[in-house]
Amino acid sequence: MKKLLFITLSVTVLLSLCAFGAGAYENEDWYSGLEGTTINVFNWGEYISDTYEDGMIDVNAEFEKLTGIKVNYVTYESNEDMYPKIKNGGASYDIVIPSDYMIQRMIAEDMLLGIDTGKLPNYHYISEEYKNMYYDPDNAFSVPYNVGMVGLIYNTKMVEEKPDSWTALWDERYAGKILMIDNPRDAFAIPQKVLGYSLNSTDEKELSDVAQMLIEQKPLLQGYVMDEIYNKMESGEAALVPYYVGDFVCMKDVNPDLDFVYPKEGVNIFVDAVCIPKCAQNYEGAIKYINFLLDPEIGVNNALYIGYATPNTGVMEHPDYAEMKDNEYLYPSEENMPDVEYFRNLPQETLDMFSSLWNEIKIHGTDNTHIYLGFAAVGAVALFFIIKKAVTKKKREYWYNFPEVK
Amino acid sequence: MAKKSLSKKLIASPYLVWAGIFIIVPLVIVVYYSFFDANGNFTLEYVSEMGKYKDVMLNSIWLGFIATVISLVLAYPLAYIMARSTANVQRTMMMLVMLPMWMNLLIRTYSMMILMQDTGIINSFLERIGLDSVHMINTQGAVVLGMVYNYIPYMILPLYSIMAKMDHNLIEAAEDLGANKVTVFKNIILPLSLPGIASGFTMVFVPSVSTFYISKKLGGNTFSLIGDVIEMQFKSANNYNLGASLSLVLMVLIIICMMVMNRFTGEDDDGGVLI
Repeated sequence: MKKLLFITLSVTVLLSLCAFGAGAYENEDWYSGLEGTTINVFNWGEYISDTYEDGMIDVNAEFEKLTGIKVNYVTYESNEDMYPKIKNGGASYDIVIPSDYMIQRMIAEDMLLGIDTGKLPNYHYISEEYKNMYYDPDNAFSVPYNVGMVGLIYNTKMVEEKPDSWTALWDERYAGKILMIDNPRDAFAIPQKVLGYSLNSTDEKELSDVAQMLIEQKPLLQGYVMDEIYNKMESGEAALVPYYVGDFVCMKDVNPDLDFVYPKEGVNIFVDAVCIPKCAQNYEGAIKYINFLLDPEIGVNNALYIGYATPNTGVMEHPDYAEMKDNEYLYPSEENMPDVEYFRNLPQETLDMFSSLWNEIKIHGTDNTHIYLGFAAVGAVALFFIIKKAVTKKKREYWYNFPEVK
Repeated sequence: MAKKSLSKKLIASPYLVWAGIFIIVPLVIVVYYSFFDANGNFTLEYVSEMGKYKDVMLNSIWLGFIATVISLVLAYPLAYIMARSTANVQRTMMMLVMLPMWMNLLIRTYSMMILMQDTGIINSFLERIGLDSVHMINTQGAVVLGMVYNYIPYMILPLYSIMAKMDHNLIEAAEDLGANKVTVFKNIILPLSLPGIASGFTMVFVPSVSTFYISKKLGGNTFSLIGDVIEMQFKSANNYNLGASLSLVLMVLIIICMMVMNRFTGEDDDGGVLI
């Protein structure tokens, strides 16, 4: 048995050596010199190719093999989850992949180290379209990783007609089958679009209207979720959810009944880009990692695995990517292109308002009458026993002290 | 009490250091964050916000209480039967109680979610055999079930250990004196097992009230428990002050609940005639 295992292993190793052996990546020599060091990578969940199954490659394992740098890989669920971990210190990460508005905030708060893109041999692959973006006008802090939009995922078997508007998420016919995205910025964006507000509104009145709409939606919801969306949509547990396009592309492979639409009110578009936070301890290793992610061979694996649109021209031209390039969801043609709006960093007061409104939405709607009644009943029973105990004790004392007994 | 010898002090010191670092210091930090803002000024702002969270807290305490009572009702007879069985049966039953605890709480809860979904294993089975499916997930009942399932071993174990130690002669003596089964239970078994009930109650009630993962997965996150709100403050809202004051208030409320509980099982009582 052991022998068999050994043979299988060696064959696997040999095969992988053949497939990705010498010369698989560009400028392999450039990566040497940091053997034995470690980098800590902090990335979104489900956001990198991490398996050798189905002809994919494990990007981190390949990087370790090529450079001799050990990769510690940790994931987060949203920009808002990632931010406090970097901000409050206590952890050291060399690579982090926030979205546009969060990069803008992190630059403003001096949390990122500069990246000299001239030193990245593969930087020329980044499409001009995604250079000099508003959040990083001089390309000094970030290197684009993925591009995506938020749209409406629905199950064609469960939804009667093809939805074209975000208001489908308020449709009572689908009560109990609607999921909502569980982070404030993305959740607020949907009523904002329905009401025709900007995604970057700082107006108090507008934000409270938006919160009101979310509170109204709450009784119809099955839940607020992030990564469980995969399980719930693929199994047909839920019918409608607003989510990122790339994840839809992955889910559709599992459940072909799912479909996706960019609602007519407009959607949020985002760029996630690789950055090096100030707490980095292996800056050079991080630079090598960024360049590795830009390698077309790696990029195409990532793009196929995670299903988002790529800003990498090397990937677009790669033969393995030919099929994905025409994907109408990822790269909508001009006439199908929805109205898009980027998130921008907001002033602190607005962010505070966001979190307090989000709190209110989350705690809203607990009907407590039965609880008060319940506590009253428990209290009454408790009181009864306390009194009874006291009475028994008194009685007993009386008999203990009874003169004739003594 | 005799003065503690040096060796005793030495033996206790690792735990004292541990308690200092991992219990006292964090508590001090919680109190600090509750009463001081980011600039280090004393403020009552965060604690005064608590009124808003009154309903969530009450709901959490209520669900925790129900889960604890259900656990007690289920665990008590089981512990009694276990304690009265032969050694072999005891070992097997103990094993069965402990077995689920070898798996991580998160995994157990996640699998419960998959079991109870509308398209989950239980409902698919019901439909297969021609019954109507039952909506279970995303209700408060599902959350209570999750709490009971996850924490019931903590109720069984203290009850079992106290019942195994119980002096059987007392029961026999009572029976010799003509007490029927109900009287024996009421006057002997129940009073003697009160310390077990008290510690089981604490060990189930406290984690149930402050849980967040269970309500998130089984309650669909549409109604929050206080644990969810606290988690959110630390995880994404980045509002440590509010999170700390919520935790502090929750701790005080739990202590009050425990004090009420101890009125019934207090050590000052000489037992026997409590109920």
